[in-house]
Amino acid sequence: MLLHLGTRKGYLALRRFARGDWRCERTAFIGDPVSQLLPDPRDGRLYAALNLGHFGVKLRVSEDGGASFTELPAPAYAKEESAAEKAPSVDLLWCLEPAGPDPGSLWCGTIPGGLFRSDDGGSSWTLNEALWNQPSRERWFGGGYPHPGIHSVLVAPDGNRVVAGVSCGGVWISEDAGESWRVRTEGMFAEYMPPEMREDPAIQDPHRLAWCDGDRRRIWCQHHNGFFRSDDGGETWTGLEVPPSSFGFAVAAHPGDPQVAWSVPLVKDECRVPVDRRMVVARTRDGGASWEPVGRGLPEGDSFAVVYRHGLDAHPGEAVLAMATTTGALWISEDLGDSWDLVTAELAPVYCARFDAARPA
Amino acid sequence: MPSVHFTPNLRRHLRVESTEVEGHTVSDALSRVFRDNPDLRSYVLDDQGRLRTHVVIYVDGRAVRDRTELGDAVGEGAEIHVMQALSGG
Repeated sequence: MLLHLGTRKGYLALRRFARGDWRCERTAFIGDPVSQLLPDPRDGRLYAALNLGHFGVKLRVSEDGGASFTELPAPAYAKEESAAEKAPSVDLLWCLEPAGPDPGSLWCGTIPGGLFRSDDGGSSWTLNEALWNQPSRERWFGGGYPHPGIHSVLVAPDGNRVVAGVSCGGVWISEDAGESWRVRTEGMFAEYMPPEMREDPAIQDPHRLAWCDGDRRRIWCQHHNGFFRSDDGGETWTGLEVPPSSFGFAVAAHPGDPQVAWSVPLVKDECRVPVDRRMVVARTRDGGASWEPVGRGLPEGDSFAVVYRHGLDAHPGEAVLAMATTTGALWISEDLGDSWDLVTAELAPVYCARFDAARPA
Repeated sequence: MPSVHFTPNLRRHLRVESTEVEGHTVSDALSRVFRDNPDLRSYVLDDQGRLRTHVVIYVDGRAVRDRTELGDAVGEGAEIHVMQALSGG
């Protein structure tokens, strides 16, 4: 079992030898922020999205499991002749996903809110104008960044059904591989907005979406305002109370059981630390009707760990969870979250943790 | 001809060398450099062709004023330095 980590200071791959015994097998881009990774189960390629700061966002691909990388053109906006001061430029490559069964078909969600598609393994990219030209995009705004961004793209195996999460811009659904989109946030609300705007779809802030591969009607959403569940593939949403707090960034869905999901609670938006500074994972096993804090082995106090939205992953084939933190720790659970082993506490802040595995169709 | 020099920090990512090129503006000079080294363009300029926020260009010791069109004039024998701005950390 292999786990890929994108951190503020580079890329690492860790391989499991035994429970609690994971060893770093490979590193790359040491010193550079790695914002996203895609170990592509269709052709074995490994894509790495970098954010070089001074020198912009970059996209690299490896054909040999991460031993060597070559540069691909990063998604970019077309040059606009007018309004040059405000014309968009990609600030962050925030999510990378297979776009369907064809190897080389990819979606890339970005800040400032463009969704880009490639059908040639990243050699060229096209802005999805159907989403970019939605009139309500004018009301999107940044959540934690100056501009809005697309962080979650869920894609059905045939590539037609796509569910995209935008911070802050709602949940968007396509049934035709991105040719047309509709926003669906019924049931979501944002108490931090003026009363007349609290249910406006275009200002909802889903922090992360995750669906159950075994039943894609079940989608979990960690939202800025709380935790939500959909039973109908994202058409409608139900708010859930998640103790010790419904605020957080990360969510993971069990790959086969739609009743099981995990979140990593924080106090709330203006105080982003674990409740009582005790790190716990919230788990439901009954579809969100009830939640239990789990986490034997996690710090029982004095923790400032935050798990970013791409920092929690459930292995698609095994009952293994990986959780990596802003404080540079990697935790692994092999019993659905009941107990956790610390693999290392010496990483840079972790942006994404992603298992390498062929995802079930 | 103007000379164009790049911060050596770029060499971590791609091939880049000092070079002499024709050009009457910063834009002219860089366009000629990018013609021979197209990958370099996105490291210096953003999607719209503007100078990246945390990159700075000095011409004979003065920071360029036009960061959008790069229209600052360069004279025969000008020294153009493309550097990281310390604002980028």
